[in-house]
Amino acid sequence: MATHLQDYEMMVIFTPVLADEDFKNAQKKFISLIKENGGKIVHENAWGLRSLAYPIQKKTTGLYYVVEFQAPTDLNAKIEIQLNRDEHVMRHMITHLDKFAVAYNERKRNAPAKGKEAKSENEAAVGAVSES
Amino acid sequence: MARANDIKYLSTQRVEKRQKKYCRFKKLGIKYIDYKDADFLKKFLNEQGKLLPRRITGTSLKYQRKLGHAVKKARQMAILPYVTDLLK
Repeated sequence: MATHLQDYEMMVIFTPVLADEDFKNAQKKFISLIKENGGKIVHENAWGLRSLAYPIQKKTTGLYYVVEFQAPTDLNAKIEIQLNRDEHVMRHMITHLDKFAVAYNERKRNAPAKGKEAKSENEAAVGAVSES
Repeated sequence: MARANDIKYLSTQRVEKRQKKYCRFKKLGIKYIDYKDADFLKKFLNEQGKLLPRRITGTSLKYQRKLGHAVKKARQMAILPYVTDLLK
């Protein structure tokens, strides 16, 4: 088995028609998929409902979900199959993180109320409130 | 020839000294450009959502490249628009 784990970040946009429970179940589904295949969850962050910059599938809002995880290199293909198969997923992206990105994410997590990093967090929260 | 040039300007020419541009990623020590941070990326876009050239922002080549990648990712995930008017 591959022992060396790489850092990745997955961002998924679910359809806004999902209820809260369905949204949580969908998150759990992908998290368990990562865990079962030898990955480790570093951090998960559900942004919730946010307005999109342009309509996707004729919808102007989406449920954003971001997970940072460590995984062996063969896992992404498996996740992507599931993402493509799931009809609730409007869009998804898995990004490889370099060491600076990992450091940046960690700093952002530990000090969420400072500088420019905090701004985007706040905006996400405000967007979620105004939409709902 | 040199003489002719000297006579041309009797008073000293006023040349405005512009502040030299700098790469803000190098200056502030930003190593990773986050595609999720729309507000930050918007500083490097014009009103139509296009990436500003290096000659205007002063960004170094290395970070301009990374910036481009980050903006493209943000556009894919509908964090930034592909085309608009009046982004700001």
